[in-house]
Amino acid sequence: MITLNVNGKRLEVDVDPSTPLLWVLRDSLGLTGTKYGCGMAQCGACTVHLDGQAIRSCVKRASDAVGRQITTIEGLSTDLSHPLQRAWIEIDVPQCGYCQSGQIMSAAVLLAENPKPSDDDIDDAMSGNICRCGTYSRIREAIHRAAEMKTAGRRAE
Amino acid sequence: MSTTKQAISRRDFLRTSAAVGGGLLIAIHLPKLASATESFAPADPFAPNAFIRIRSDDIITVIINKSEMGQGPYTSLAMLAAEELEADWSKVRYESAPVDPAYNHPVFGIQMTGGSTSTASEWERFRKAGATARVMLIAAAGQNWNVDPKSLRAEKSFVIDSASGRRASFGSLADAAAKLQPPKDVTLKDPKDYKIIGKSTRRLDTPAKVNGTAQFGIDVQAPGLLTAVVARSPVFGGKVLSFNADKARAVPGVVDVVQIPSGVAVIGKGFWPAKLGRDKLEVKWDDGANASLSTTAMRADFAKLAQSPGLVAKKVGDPGKTLAGAAKTITAEFEVPYLAHATMEPLNCVVDLKSDACEIWTGTQFQTGDRMAAATIAGLKPEQVKIHTTFLGGGFGRRANPANDFVGEAVHVAKAIKSPVKVVWTREDDMHGGYYRPMWYDRMVGGVDANGNPIAWTHTIVGQSIMLGTPFEQFGIQNGIDTTSVEGAADLLYGIPNVQVDLHTPKLTIPVLWWRSVGHSHNGFAVEAFLDELAHLGGKDPVQLRRTLLTNQPRMKALLDLVAEKAKWDSPVPAGRGRGIATHFSFDSYVAQVAEVSVDKTGEVRVHKVVCAVDCGRVVNPDSVIAQMQGGIVFGLSAALKDAITFENGRVQQRNFHDYPMVRMNESPEIEVHIMPSTEPPTGVGEPGVPPVAPAVANAIFAATGKRVRRLPIGRVDMG
Repeated sequence: MITLNVNGKRLEVDVDPSTPLLWVLRDSLGLTGTKYGCGMAQCGACTVHLDGQAIRSCVKRASDAVGRQITTIEGLSTDLSHPLQRAWIEIDVPQCGYCQSGQIMSAAVLLAENPKPSDDDIDDAMSGNICRCGTYSRIREAIHRAAEMKTAGRRAE
Repeated sequence: MSTTKQAISRRDFLRTSAAVGGGLLIAIHLPKLASATESFAPADPFAPNAFIRIRSDDIITVIINKSEMGQGPYTSLAMLAAEELEADWSKVRYESAPVDPAYNHPVFGIQMTGGSTSTASEWERFRKAGATARVMLIAAAGQNWNVDPKSLRAEKSFVIDSASGRRASFGSLADAAAKLQPPKDVTLKDPKDYKIIGKSTRRLDTPAKVNGTAQFGIDVQAPGLLTAVVARSPVFGGKVLSFNADKARAVPGVVDVVQIPSGVAVIGKGFWPAKLGRDKLEVKWDDGANASLSTTAMRADFAKLAQSPGLVAKKVGDPGKTLAGAAKTITAEFEVPYLAHATMEPLNCVVDLKSDACEIWTGTQFQTGDRMAAATIAGLKPEQVKIHTTFLGGGFGRRANPANDFVGEAVHVAKAIKSPVKVVWTREDDMHGGYYRPMWYDRMVGGVDANGNPIAWTHTIVGQSIMLGTPFEQFGIQNGIDTTSVEGAADLLYGIPNVQVDLHTPKLTIPVLWWRSVGHSHNGFAVEAFLDELAHLGGKDPVQLRRTLLTNQPRMKALLDLVAEKAKWDSPVPAGRGRGIATHFSFDSYVAQVAEVSVDKTGEVRVHKVVCAVDCGRVVNPDSVIAQMQGGIVFGLSAALKDAITFENGRVQQRNFHDYPMVRMNESPEIEVHIMPSTEPPTGVGEPGVPPVAPAVANAIFAATGKRVRRLPIGRVDMG
């Protein structure tokens, strides 16, 4: 039995602690927004936040996440209000959609650390996430758009 | 597979599809559902046909018979119905269709998604479905108000009586409309009155895809649902000799190990125990006839075959004689490898099998065939098998398998363990699972006259048949020629007076399948790269030469001019870069692309920009067409630059994305898409963006470096 803090909730999970966090999230906790793509940190579909950092949950043991804050796509917002979600909808980024949770979670850390990323910054932060449908140009555009929204939001405050 | 016998070949489809779009040949009838078990929820009072449901709260649900794998039918087909229904778009929802003959492809005769045909084949039916519902709602209002329906109109989900100013919402009329008989025929709108069709419309499925709620097959959960990971033969055609499951069973969470026809399934409480158990499983395999298969040997065999003509697929004039008398000739051999679809969502399937029913949740492009296969394996009637088509985490043809591999296998597992089960393929399983785009070897000889104009062209194609051994064989193979092997070559648009295209079909048993753009994916490369070589042989500009050869192809010629203008073909290229052009006609659509590349001194290729122009007839959702071109270009680039499935000792050499890499954000070019306005019937967009990419890049590499690329993947250009 381990205790995980997921999306602000403390959850007891009866699982072998060496199980990758991805499968604890998906199979034990039913949080299927985080996807399996490769199992070896090659594609980024399983990206979640651990204490605010983007990690590949397919290669992170659940025991290593104990005592830390885990955020999944389900915890990004409850109402599609995150600027990245709004920008993704505005620009109609997804095609099949399977990689997009991971894309958004990687982009969320980029924006948190760098409110106005350049194209090079986006390349650096996002090149660990594969999109087989080829939505990269829209992802880039949507990250810039979300950065604008965040800046505008701050000005309004 | 009696239903698939009604299917017709892709080539026949190409011939008839223009007529489908124009509504001339095929009488579209709007059936009710055949199966009582699939009946609509009672909360939806008005269901005039299998495609439309209207609730009393005004919500309109359009039932979509096409699988959503990223190409956008949940939105674009709903737009067709909503246009004619005069719906308030904000009230429109989508729902995935059950399996029922009502949802069969109007041309292929089975329920399936593929061939870039969704819009073309449903263009008339979904508009009629909407128009029928509109006529019935107006009639219901006419009855209620005791006025002639002809004096009424519909607008934004209301029926309006202009004379009296009365309005009634569609929802308020649903009950009354449901009591009326559908009209036999309806008049469709004049396109000039379109309010939804032709306007960029945001996809209805995007919100669910940005908050984790979109359900893919792999996400399906149910109480007591077990997970299976299957050990399959490392060599195609291999069989289990024996296995020892002791260590697998000792893994905590593993509940069972069973042999099935495709291998040995390890069943666990969740993916991870099943996967660990599969890792510990000891299986002795009989590798079978493919034990010594090697790419090196296959390449040598293919190259040898290519030296003599195969079965003739097309012959015009006398290319042999003309080549002998040509001012200059050139011979070039082009090669492309086997390719995996590598959908982001690895294959998977959930099955709940009971003695008298089978329920399946999966992302499939092939509902009718999968249902038939499941019924056969389960010993049930097809009507007893229910398939829920989830979102597909990519399809690209892999999930339209005449062999029904991932669905059939999952039914076998469920049957063996007598429990609901989700079979999940690891990425490595998916990569090794076959059904690849075939490897191809093309030998081409071309000649120009004294003025540098191409006068003869021969094209010998060597590669496996996709159709052979499938239920599509009798339609897809004509006189020994698989029409998909020669598509994009035998139907060459260029006006070259002497042409021969011929085909060798080596009988290999590597499972092969359609892969986004099918035969066009290799013929587009060979034809367009070779034409570039002929242009240079004759001292012609590649765009000018194409313009001359497209005199009788006004649509492609106009598109060529558009892309040349947008890519500034006639202006100098930025220093260190080269531009290359390619055009290709596929799935009834015309696409032209200009790639701008640079190559560094180590031979590494950087694709900076691709300008794309497309003529796909009338456009339903322009932004969706742009998205498909963008996606097709990136998909084609991964194949052009990086990917190959290769064999040694019968085994696939690639395992995962580290050795079967994809173009990533930092390698993704700037892409510009221009849509040619058109009033012609709509044609395909899912696949046609792919074929021109590789040749445009190869031709640009030549422009930048003087080096010809004739083999994919390009990897590094040999700068020596």
